[in-house]
Amino acid sequence: MENQSIDQLKKICSQVRRDCLRMVHAVQSGHPGAALGLTEYFVALFFKEMEHNNKFEMDAKGEDLFFLSNGHVSALWYSVLARTGYFSTDELGTFRKINSRLQGHPATHEGLPGIRIASGSLGQGLSVAIGAAQVKKLNQDNKLVYVMMGDGEQQEGQVWEAAMYAAHHKVDNLIAAIDYNGQQIDGPTAKVMDLKNLRAKYEAFGWEVIDIQKGNDMEAVLDGLSKAKDLTGKGKPVLILLYTEMGYGVDFMVGTHKWHGVAPNDEQLANALGQLEETLGDY
Amino acid sequence: MEKTLDLKFTYTEKKDTRSGFGDGLLEAGRKNPNVVGLCADLIGSLKMGAFEKEFPERFFQVGIAEANMIGLAAGMTIGGKIPFTGTFANFSTGRVYDQIRQSVAYSDKNVKICASHAGLTLGEDGATHQILEDVGMMKMLPHMTVIVPCDYNQTKAATLALVDHVGPAYLRFGRPSWPVFTPADQKFEIGKAVKMIEGKDVTIFANGHLVWEAVVAEAMLREEGISAEVINIHTIKPLDEEAILNSVQKTGCAVSAEEHQVNGGLGDSIAQVLARNYPAPLEYIGVNDSFGESGTPTQLLEKYGLNAENIVKAAKKAIARK
Repeated sequence: MENQSIDQLKKICSQVRRDCLRMVHAVQSGHPGAALGLTEYFVALFFKEMEHNNKFEMDAKGEDLFFLSNGHVSALWYSVLARTGYFSTDELGTFRKINSRLQGHPATHEGLPGIRIASGSLGQGLSVAIGAAQVKKLNQDNKLVYVMMGDGEQQEGQVWEAAMYAAHHKVDNLIAAIDYNGQQIDGPTAKVMDLKNLRAKYEAFGWEVIDIQKGNDMEAVLDGLSKAKDLTGKGKPVLILLYTEMGYGVDFMVGTHKWHGVAPNDEQLANALGQLEETLGDY
Repeated sequence: MEKTLDLKFTYTEKKDTRSGFGDGLLEAGRKNPNVVGLCADLIGSLKMGAFEKEFPERFFQVGIAEANMIGLAAGMTIGGKIPFTGTFANFSTGRVYDQIRQSVAYSDKNVKICASHAGLTLGEDGATHQILEDVGMMKMLPHMTVIVPCDYNQTKAATLALVDHVGPAYLRFGRPSWPVFTPADQKFEIGKAVKMIEGKDVTIFANGHLVWEAVVAEAMLREEGISAEVINIHTIKPLDEEAILNSVQKTGCAVSAEEHQVNGGLGDSIAQVLARNYPAPLEYIGVNDSFGESGTPTQLLEKYGLNAENIVKAAKKAIARK
């Protein structure tokens, strides 16, 4: 998957956004806002940057690993997993329905390929990723571990326990990213619980921190990931502050927390899909 | 009093069950290279120092950050490790319930949560640390195995058995020196109750430190002409329903004895089995909806009604209800 051109990756993003909106619309529940905002990052990871095997094995020896801590972005992850061949895209139509492997929040319980741990209750994914990264070292496996977190999630205390641990134990085969969209359920993070200077906080904990200022620009995301990889293996964990816009790609959803956990109605879906080209075929 | 009794089990030494864990973990580490240890700033209390010394690369000091420890352990299973986490029982369960629920139990990760200083016998530290609800919390979680061994030897054997058991497990042990009365070479079968003493009038189901109290109670009852059966239910989940029913069908009544809240503990699990299959009088020995306090283990077991004398009273009451 490393040969995808930037143009192809952008086309995949359009399809993935369509998948997310159709999945959420079909059950009138789910979290479209952050899914649309993180599409470029997920597509860059799964279609280009990560070495991973869609013939899923839990232990993932010799593969890069990805963990999603802010599990409510599940629709996006499911779309990207299906579009990279972990399971059939037809299964996306079962999202959040009874007897589905595509649970509201990601789970291992139903055996969905690609998922290695449940998430949804926030603040836990960084710890899990650090544990997996340390085991990679024990196993002399030089691949990387990626973990995605929300910015509102930084309000959870466990995140800072994990941040302190990772620097202390020099977990330098880890690239964490924070979806820095400035929004959470009850409103802007600055209003709900101000995160202040996340860069300074992580640096003070002993991390390398880089910005991806344009988290919805594929070139910028790829460039940032390349820089992040270059920083691994140097004795410090690496954090990407990924500036995204919630709801990116749909004009009436962008930049507001209002679409955090609200599904579009029929008319809104049609409007949104009209703004997103069907590039790989809808499921 | 014990010396004047004709006990069916005797002991030559007292040891803490936590040392059984520490020694078991060291042996487990020697037997299986995938065993890793994590500890939240309580290496000495959990007796994990020998493992740390022999396997420094497989030991992870987490600091005072138990939530992170549970997440780390869950992540370490990915790649094939078998993590044993160590801290006090309070911080192993109540403090990190959601982390265990999502990252370990629901995700079905092969994490062994090893918890010391459980119950009243923690002693002088008092109620903040004397957790009496942990077994209930853990047994409610789907996928979770819950084990409360009775002495040093059994704790060591249980620790070793957990290496070969695949899936989340909670192992509860304690701080005080306690009689070592089960065999050093015992085979520990998870989910299999151990009949310690055969009897016919009443069954005493006990676990943890109270198995010894049950052994003492049996001798006291025998002096009064009452024949008590003593069964060690070291595994609360999965519960050995067959052993429970076989015994109560013979004796017709039972006492449960545990260093835990009556609500949600071993007694409740036994009551469910009896209610569904063979209703019979059951008396509970446990803490009755209260917190503990500072004191010596012996004082606390007496004050909260958890010692042999109380088991004897409960047994007589159960027999009278037949």
